[in-house]
Amino acid sequence: MIRAALLLLASLAAGPALAAGPDLGAVQQQATNWPAIVMFLFFVLLTLGITYRAAKGSKSAADFYAAGGGISARTNALAIAGDYMSAASFLGISGLVYTSGFDGLIYSTGFLVGWPIVLFLIAERLRNLGKFTFADVASFRLDQTAIRIISATGTLVVVAFYLIAQMVGAGKLIQLLFGLPYLYAVIIVGVLMIVYVAFGGMKATTWVQVIKACLLLGGATFMAGAVLYRYGFNPETLFAKSVEVHPKGEAIMAPGGLVANPVEAISLGVGLMFGTAGLPHILMRFFTVSDAQAARKSVFYATGLIGYFYILTFIIGFGGIALLMSDPSYFKLGPAGAFDKLKDMVGGTNMVAVNLANAVGGPYFLGFISAVAFATILAVVAGLTLAGASAVSHDLYAQVIARGRTTEAHEVNLSKIAAVVIGVVAIWLGYVFENQNVAFMVGLAFSVAASCNFPVLAMSILWRGTTTWGALAGGLVGLVAAVVMVVLSKAVWVATLGNPAPLFPYDNPALFSMPLAFATIWVVSSIDRSRRAARERAAFEAQYVRSETGIGAAGAHAH
Amino acid sequence: MSRGTTLGSVGTGPAASAPRSIGAEPVSSTDRIARSPLFQQLVAERTRFGWTLTAAMLVVYFGFIGLIAFDKSLLAVKVGSTSTLGLVLGVFVILFAFVLTGLYVARANTRYDALSAELKRSLGQ
Repeated sequence: MIRAALLLLASLAAGPALAAGPDLGAVQQQATNWPAIVMFLFFVLLTLGITYRAAKGSKSAADFYAAGGGISARTNALAIAGDYMSAASFLGISGLVYTSGFDGLIYSTGFLVGWPIVLFLIAERLRNLGKFTFADVASFRLDQTAIRIISATGTLVVVAFYLIAQMVGAGKLIQLLFGLPYLYAVIIVGVLMIVYVAFGGMKATTWVQVIKACLLLGGATFMAGAVLYRYGFNPETLFAKSVEVHPKGEAIMAPGGLVANPVEAISLGVGLMFGTAGLPHILMRFFTVSDAQAARKSVFYATGLIGYFYILTFIIGFGGIALLMSDPSYFKLGPAGAFDKLKDMVGGTNMVAVNLANAVGGPYFLGFISAVAFATILAVVAGLTLAGASAVSHDLYAQVIARGRTTEAHEVNLSKIAAVVIGVVAIWLGYVFENQNVAFMVGLAFSVAASCNFPVLAMSILWRGTTTWGALAGGLVGLVAAVVMVVLSKAVWVATLGNPAPLFPYDNPALFSMPLAFATIWVVSSIDRSRRAARERAAFEAQYVRSETGIGAAGAHAH
Repeated sequence: MSRGTTLGSVGTGPAASAPRSIGAEPVSSTDRIARSPLFQQLVAERTRFGWTLTAAMLVVYFGFIGLIAFDKSLLAVKVGSTSTLGLVLGVFVILFAFVLTGLYVARANTRYDALSAELKRSLGQ
């Protein structure tokens, strides 16, 4: 167990290698936790009931991919917030605050500030132009085949890395929280996500996410409230107590060593901010609402919910310092009852929020928070699976392979098959990567989203001059650059492949790979003198009018 | 497809899809809308506002990240008995992001939606 804790600390000490998401670390199986299992089964029954109802009401492609366009702005906001409040951000950021204090805020702010950008530049135009996937928008006036291939590739790469990180995290977390073997946990997650997506489509995926978001927000609010209550609702008292008991003392109130050098800090910021605007499972949510107004409102509510949630995780992290650090019962004791406050927490530092649940609410609340953590992973992987399945069926199959000559029913069936395949592959990847360092994968997913999906999408909507060749070349350059730079960085080249020194000096590539993608789109489009390029530039006017006014946009589904 | 035929032409290439993608209207109506003073006013106002707010968000966030990168000691300055400037600024960045989205939505719900409705009325929709 000490080895496990050390591994976890090593992954935390890797600092920015964590990039966009602290991982869930290495853990050891615990005794079976019955209250948690019973509460989780209750969640599963409820969500399966919803899936059954959604499956009965889902007939068309619009139902399957976009919940018939009938999700309200508030519901969509909860679903967007749910996609964002992953187990990594709940357990990982509170754990990061516990070990490093202030540094946890760097991630919280980075995760949040992408949202205003999405609202000001993307959300309404996306809703006005698209139908089911962001590739619909990027290929609106460009060549269907080329743009769908690059968009779907970007989507699948993002989904794959995100999914591996979530599956491995899920296996370890559930092993720890529920006392189930790793492989069982991965299979349960994989099978449930297949059921939600294949039978319930977007409607079920959305409601699973909404229920989980409410449970998580409720649980986190209670915990943060209980912590503040102990300190007379005065944050200063909480901070003073934390500084008193934390081994790093006053240092936890200021930036520490997490982001070591300036370039790294800015590159992390770029990746977090613009990655948000390129995550396929989030962009899909803008097609589930009736119109641009609803898309706009959902971002506003979602930004509020996510910001509130990150402030809660910050309080929970400090609550962990103040309430758990001086209580030996939450630590593995060494000889003579000695323990290291930062390394020896039961279950590792990512269990701060879970242990704190026990401290403020007793074993049943601990069970509740454990069940919510499981539900969180489940809901996030379901959204990812749906995004991947849509890219396969709606973009690659319907437009590239069948060239638009397919029926809606056929396309939806293919999407369901794709969901099953993605689910099975995810279980297999979760199994294969069990003992690998997957900490860099969420960061890589954000970097690819910022360097491939976001530039292609933004340039095709906002710049008249964008041509198919430009978007294709730029997307490809961004994708390859982001992946290659991560592979050559410390996290993979040294930590995973065992080479002595990294070939790329930074852990976060977005500062380099994203501008490279934009520049390539601009240069290649500018020198593109083909006849098709001329037609594409001429077609911008019609796209522009529709993106700005919504005149001609796909409306809410009829039933 | 009950979601409308507006995107029904995707897959036939940009030349064919662009004019048809504006639905049942004749091709020339795109030009008519684009030339309409109301459309131009709506787009100019909204674009300017959107980019201004984007710039504000970038300045505030990268200002914060810049301080973390270049001046850690400033962020360690105490502003309360224990809390530091860095902590206050971090929470400020979160609140600022939320307030900016609120500002945008407030103006869009009133000003831009009104302009948009007026534009659609003038086009006889």
